[in-house]
Formats: sequence, C-alpha cells, structure tokens
Amino acid sequence: MTDTVVSRPARLALVGNPNSGKTALFNALTGSRQKVANYAGVTVERKLGTVQLADGRSAQILDLPGTYSLRARSPDEIVTRDAVLGRLAGETAPDVLICVADATNLRLVLRLVLELKQVGRPFVLALNMYDIAQRQGLRIDLERLSAEIGAPIVTTVATRKRGLDELVAKADALAISHEGLGDNVWREPTAAQIRAAHREAQRIVKACVRPPERPDTVTGKIDAVLLNPAAGLLILALLLFVMFQAVFTWAEPLMGLIETGFAALSTGVAAVLPDGLLQSLVTDGLIAGVGSVLVFLPQIVILFFFILLLEDSGYMTRAAFLMDKIMGGAGLHGRAFIPLLSSFACAIPGIMSTRVIDNKHDRLTTILVAPLMTCSARIPVYTLIIAAFIPHTKVWGVLSLPGLVMFGLYASGIVSALVVSFVIRKIFWRGTVEPFMMELPTYRWPEPRNVLLNLWTRARIFIERAGRIILPLMVLVWVLSTFPYPPEGATGPAIDYSFAGRIGHFIAPVMAPIGFNWQMTVALIPGFAAREVAVAALGTVYAVGGDDEAGTNLGHLLAGQWSLATALSFLAWYVFAPQCAATLGVVKRETNGWTWPTVMFLYMTGLAYLASFVTYHTAVALGAG
Amino acid sequence: MSDALSLAPDLSAIPADGRESPLSLARKGQRGVIVRVSGQTGRSESIDPEELERRLLEMGFVEGAAFEVLHEGLFGRDPIAVRVDDMRVALRRREAAAVTVQFEEA
Repeated sequence: MTDTVVSRPARLALVGNPNSGKTALFNALTGSRQKVANYAGVTVERKLGTVQLADGRSAQILDLPGTYSLRARSPDEIVTRDAVLGRLAGETAPDVLICVADATNLRLVLRLVLELKQVGRPFVLALNMYDIAQRQGLRIDLERLSAEIGAPIVTTVATRKRGLDELVAKADALAISHEGLGDNVWREPTAAQIRAAHREAQRIVKACVRPPERPDTVTGKIDAVLLNPAAGLLILALLLFVMFQAVFTWAEPLMGLIETGFAALSTGVAAVLPDGLLQSLVTDGLIAGVGSVLVFLPQIVILFFFILLLEDSGYMTRAAFLMDKIMGGAGLHGRAFIPLLSSFACAIPGIMSTRVIDNKHDRLTTILVAPLMTCSARIPVYTLIIAAFIPHTKVWGVLSLPGLVMFGLYASGIVSALVVSFVIRKIFWRGTVEPFMMELPTYRWPEPRNVLLNLWTRARIFIERAGRIILPLMVLVWVLSTFPYPPEGATGPAIDYSFAGRIGHFIAPVMAPIGFNWQMTVALIPGFAAREVAVAALGTVYAVGGDDEAGTNLGHLLAGQWSLATALSFLAWYVFAPQCAATLGVVKRETNGWTWPTVMFLYMTGLAYLASFVTYHTAVALGAG
Repeated sequence: MSDALSLAPDLSAIPADGRESPLSLARKGQRGVIVRVSGQTGRSESIDPEELERRLLEMGFVEGAAFEVLHEGLFGRDPIAVRVDDMRVALRRREAAAVTVQFEEA
C-alpha cells in the first residue's frame, strides 16, 4: 500500500492551536480551491483544498479544527484527534501532518508537537507569523529546534504568502520518503504527563529561543481600554449598536433588489408556464419559498462580515470575557454570546455557530433559546401590526410609541431567552458548570483576503442549506396550502379549502381563548415556512390583492377587523412561537435527531400560547377588547 | 511547596505578598508564581477535579509559571484575565480557586 503513495496526490492535514493563523495558512495555500462539507454524522465542518506543487503535481490539504491537545473534548477537537490518529470514519489517514504554530508563542504549540510525535505520523512544523517574531526581535535556533522535535521546520507568513512553496515541498517529500513514520503510541495524557510535557517544552524553549527584544505591548494597551470593566462594556454596546445599524440599513437596498428579482423571476416563469399546478408549484412554492429565505442573505453576509472582523482581530474572546458574568447568571456559557448575537439576524446561522461551545448541555441550551432572539423575519410581522394598531403618539415628548413597542418586543425576546436558559440550567440540567477558560489572543489586523474567503464560505453554506433543508419544507407548506382545490363555485379564498385551511379551522377553537379568529389561525400554517410569510398568508386569507399592496391595504383591513387586544396577542405570539420550519430543520441537523426540534417546538408553542393568553386577557380587562 | 502555609488560609483577607493563596482571591495587578494546580475548587458544581486539573495545565497553569492578574470583570470582579508566562487566559474565579499561587514581594 505504501508503494502507491507516489501515484496519487499526497494527503496533508493542518493541525494547530487556535489563533495560530492556521485557517489563514489554509486559505493562502488553497485560495478558492476549497470545498466545505460536514464530516459524516457530526456537524463539524470538513474543509478540504487542493494545493499545487512546484513540479505541477497537486496535493490534498485538510484544515482540521484548532486544538491545544489531542485530548479532545468538543466535537471539533474529537474530529481533529481522530483525523490525526487515522481513525475517523470515512476519512483516509493523512500522509503528513502540518503543525501550524504561532512563532511568537512556541511554548504552547510544543506540547501539541510532543503529542504529535507519539502518533508516529510524519509531520512538518510551520512557524507561522514569522515576520511578527522577527519584528519583536525573537530569535529561534531553527536547526536546534528541528533536531529537538525530530521534524523539518519551515518559517511562513501566511498573509504575505511567504514560505508556502517550501512548506508544501517539504511535506510532499515526507509523504514520499515516509521519514518520521512510526508506531502510534499516543495515549490520552494524564495530569502528570501534561506536567512532564510542560517541562520538556520549557527545556526546548530555553535551548532554542531567545526571548523577544521588543515584546508586543500593543495588545496590553488595547486591553487596558477594551477590558476596562466599565468602558469595555460601553464600547461593546456601541460596537453592537453600529453592527445592528449596519445589518439593517446596509442590507435594505440589497434585500429590496432580491425581492424585486424574485418577483420578476416569478412573473417571467408565470408567463412561460401554462396556468395550473406546475406554475403554482414553481412560482408560489419554489421561487417564493427560496426567495423568502434568500432575502436574508444580505443581512447574514453583513452580520458575518462583522463577526469575522471581530474574530480575526481577536476581539471576540474579549466580548465573551465581558459578557460571561451576564450570560453565566442565566446559566449560559460566555461563548454563547456569539451564537445568540447572530440569531438577531437569523436563528439559522446562530444555531450553526453554537459549535464553538464544547459542552453538550451548554450547547443545547443555547440552541434552544436562540430562536427567542428577535430575528429579522419577525420584523415584517411586527411592523405590519404596529403600523396598523399602535398610534403615532409621543411618550414623554421624545419617544415614539411604535418605536417603544418594537423595543419592548425585542426586550421580551432577550429577557425570555435568559429566563428559559436559567430554568433549563437550574432545574433540568443542574449538574456541573462547564468552566469558562480561554486564551485571549494577541490583537491582529484582519487580513482582507482571509475575511472575504471566509465570508464567501459562510454565504455558500447558507445558500446550500437554503437549498437542501429549506426548499423541501417550503414545498411541503405549498402542498398543504394548495391541496385539495376549492370545490366548483366556491366563494372563499382557495386556501380556506386546503389542508392548511382545514388544519386552521380545526385548531381555531383552541386559539379562540387567546383572541385569534380562524383567518389568523389559517395564516399561521403557511407562516411556518418562514415568519414573514404570515403577512402574505393573511393577505391571501383576507383576499386582499397581491403581496406588494398587502403591506398598506392589509394594515387598514386588519385595523378594521381585529381588536387591539387581538393585535397585541398576535405580537406576543410572534415573540415566542416556533413559526419557522427552517429553524427546526437546522436544529434537527445540528442535534442529529428529532428530539430537540420537538422539545423546541413544544416549549416555544407553550410559551407563545401562555404569553398571548395573558396579553389578550389583560388587554381585554383594560378595555382594549 | 510548603503545605503548612496553606493549611488554614484566611479566605476573608486580601492575600498579602509572599503568602500562598488561591488564585481566585487575587486582585488586578497582583503577580507571582503558581505553586500548585489541584483541580479542587471546593465547589460542588465544578467539573471532575482530575479533568479540571488537566484543562488548567493545558491552558498553561503549571507549577512554576509566572502569572499576573491583568483584568477583572465588572460584576463581582469576575471573570479574570491572567497572564501565565507568555499567554493571556480568561477564566472564572470559581476555577481559579483550583490554582494556588504565591504572590511576589512588593
């Protein structure tokens, strides 16, 4: 088997500490020649790329999740460990490992290197960010270091593409020569063995590294401001404010463009296809369905742009530091901050990003409360109802009442998320509290190319998911809202006779106590495709013309038909209700089963019913019925 | 190191220089040397001590390492950011209780 190595491309795998510039190195090596998928059965991203060798041959390169040790804890780290050990299901063992190190923080990576040595697989050490080490006047005896670790060393600067050819050439040479190939004697280290590795790393550092003449002081100075207890939180709040302004204002023109585009596409297709079922499936089911999800792409891209900037610069860990106590009070992990923040744009990327949380219960808690954050799909529903029912009066002379109601809806989402997670962690999963422990990396300027490549990857994943999970759900909702057809001579809107209509009528008595009429109940069924679809569905049920005019006309109509208590009850419903099939689909995927989507559906529906019930009856009691 | 010194630590007092104390009692600006990493926090909700010990070791908290408390959180001065040798690490005081340190003489 080993003799055939030359005939196929070498398989290389990147391992390294978090913040070692590993992903930047991967991006520099592969450029856009990379594929992102998931490992079979787990929700860890598998990033595979191709790199060209000087002699025209190519090599495959796998970017493994960052880790401090092969003693894995999170799903990400387990993938790294199993891939390195060559026991990952469905993955061939790599020929050569490329261990990526932050040249300015060698001590840390040396312990990982010592573990890699035990694995018995050939490896190369890439001393990345070597330019920074040189600028600091840090001297590394490369020859001695290479002899100590028993592996070749290449100095690299991923951001300047320096040392990349040499790195790949050295790795490829090892793949051919098998130098460094041995028996795997790696065992999960005990505390005593980690201490021994520390001593060994310390000895190697003493022997090979002369401390920097000009150590980095910038990070300390920035932290003095950003981690200042009071100023730090204020700056974080300001940053979030700017971020949300950008997410909502910059995205608006693009979202308009996408909506217009899909409307035009729909009209175009309708003109080509004959009237009937196929036309309806394509325009109302597929195009409208995909459009209603893709319309959030601009917001998601802008949000991820900020998140990537914050991550690459090193600020994200500081944000987690500042927020840990607040999050911890509700039983959440400091790292849950990022996923919950993302959920303000859309719960889907939020739930996807819970992968940064190691502990299973911490991660599930975050997933369960993420949809309570006010996502942008709720905005069309909120604005419709608020515009129709809340008078434009001033409160205390400055604050507008509609704005205040909007704020109240956002605040209810946040507060309820904190309360729910508190209840989950203090009542259901009382057990142990996962430690909050993380490295605060040196601040760095984000590399534009790197940010753009990662942004492109995020956008692509979202689009693929829109295709694979969301599309079938959209078609299902379309089927429910279309079949069966209304009988000959029917007078009501067609949806009234469909399965959706029947389900709506069937559960209408259940919804009556919270002030919902049957039209609203029917609209909730297609509204499961995506929250804002309920606006269009209400338009259909009340037989108001096309979607475009629905906004204004529908508002007037609803104002005449609903009481204020009903409108408020509807708003309360939308704060909590799991009106989003796509979110449930993503939860199913991320948790590998239907248990957690079911739990989410039940608890959110229960909360929604309770909130609407209380809202409706309070409003009626106050004379708004 | 000397166990006698830490047999009955006075938890209410701000630790004086040169004394052994849990890292969880350290205040911003204090520095010194780590003398013991046990994994025992004395709190029931903490994870398995053996596991905590290994995680602390992996984050650089090892006997003999120099440390300095760089920052404290706003609420209850928690969590803390600590420089350990050449690494900056954030952790909660709950887990810092498993690390015994000796403060540097002023």
